[in-house]
Amino acid sequence: MIRDAWLMASKDLRIEMSSRVLTGQVLPFGSLMLILFGVAVSPDLAVVGDARRSVLQEVAPGLFWLAVLLSALMALTRAFGVEASDGSLDAIRMAGLDPAGVFLGKALAVAIQLLAIEMVLGLGALVVFDVSIAQRLLLVAVVLFATAGISLAGVLYSAMVAGLRSRDTLVPLLVLPVLAPVLLAATIATRDALFVSAEANGTMWTTMLVVFSLLYLAVGILAFGSLLEES
Amino acid sequence: MIEATQTQTGPVGTGSSGSRRLGGLAIVALAILLVFGLVISPPDVVQGESVRLFYLHVPVILVAYTGFFFTMVGSIMYLKTNSVFWDLLAGAAGEIAVLFCAFGLFTGAMWGKPTWGVYWQWDARLTSTTVMFVMYIGYLAVRHLELPPEVRRRRAAVLGIVSILNVIVVHYSVTWWRGMHQGRTLGLDPQIEGASMMFSFFMGSVAFFLTAGWLLLHRFRVSWLVHQVDQEGLALAITERRAEGEGEGLAGSVS
Repeated sequence: MIRDAWLMASKDLRIEMSSRVLTGQVLPFGSLMLILFGVAVSPDLAVVGDARRSVLQEVAPGLFWLAVLLSALMALTRAFGVEASDGSLDAIRMAGLDPAGVFLGKALAVAIQLLAIEMVLGLGALVVFDVSIAQRLLLVAVVLFATAGISLAGVLYSAMVAGLRSRDTLVPLLVLPVLAPVLLAATIATRDALFVSAEANGTMWTTMLVVFSLLYLAVGILAFGSLLEES
Repeated sequence: MIEATQTQTGPVGTGSSGSRRLGGLAIVALAILLVFGLVISPPDVVQGESVRLFYLHVPVILVAYTGFFFTMVGSIMYLKTNSVFWDLLAGAAGEIAVLFCAFGLFTGAMWGKPTWGVYWQWDARLTSTTVMFVMYIGYLAVRHLELPPEVRRRRAAVLGIVSILNVIVVHYSVTWWRGMHQGRTLGLDPQIEGASMMFSFFMGSVAFFLTAGWLLLHRFRVSWLVHQVDQEGLALAITERRAEGEGEGLAGSVS
């Protein structure tokens, strides 16, 4: 299973490296999102009762994760989009790869791409939203487990529409409601990592991200075989 | 509904004596609910007349949750038995549950306006139910994908099972989130007390479960007929191709 996962992940990453969709399309799209969010939430609005902090800074964690989610949709649509032509999915099935390995490999490839997106968007967010990190370790944990959750659940759900023309519209409809808890938990935990708020319990929400990832890891390993059959 | 008569190709309608009785019972229950809910039961001490919406809202949401549960059971059974019956049941239950969920969200908003002063509140139950609603619209979309029927059924079954897990995750995460900011919003839930209020609430549940049962029966039968037509169409196409092949073979041997 691990060997198959590694094979699949390295194949997907090689395709992404040569196509340059990540750097040429997904990253510019995510960066544009950050700018547009800044325009939509005026940077001049101050938080009521705290003149030092703007509304934009207050909502920065949520906007960052929203930009990541929207960019992730593009990566997830591509995860099975690259298998759509020339009967690639049939070839994968015929190759005798373990379905659980295919699932883990796809998720790993998406996770690595997402981490790259998050690094760039994160640095961009620090600059354009003018925020700084208070708890680095917490932030690293949040990023890692949120990425795992998005990739695992995202790959499982985008496999439902693998090989279909309507996947571009269906992936967001299927994936976004499922990832709502990840958006919620990652936003609150990131807020704690940035502002050390007494209200937000970052560790508890990071634990929720871990539980979410483990749940979808288990479900994906169990269910992926059924999704891959004869599709 | 059209009278179900057995012809050479199967029943032409979805009605039967059983479904007509069920439909009749649902109408009677709805009529009793109207009388008790709107006339006989008293207004709530705190909420006044808006409490009457609860005789609609709560049963409708209960039906929706039951429908989603049926979808999960149908999906599990389909993966176990590979029988189309379970797939069609899961699909019919999912459709009816989505319909009732929409109705539940609408009546919730109607109740929210006089109670909270707004149609929408970032309340845990309201938020998680809305996310669940969209999730099952996605499930219905997967059921209509242009895929070979068996592949589509299997994917829908996996989704039907996983969605329930996700409903639980969404529910708890949103509940914790709202718990951070406020206490129980739904401390505003009315006190259903007194015989006529209790009976109206009970009658609401009976009426909407009967209505949903009636809808489920008909929706299932429509799906079954569609399935039969597809099967017959396939069999017919195969027979025609065979006949063409035989004809060509005959022509070939003559020349």
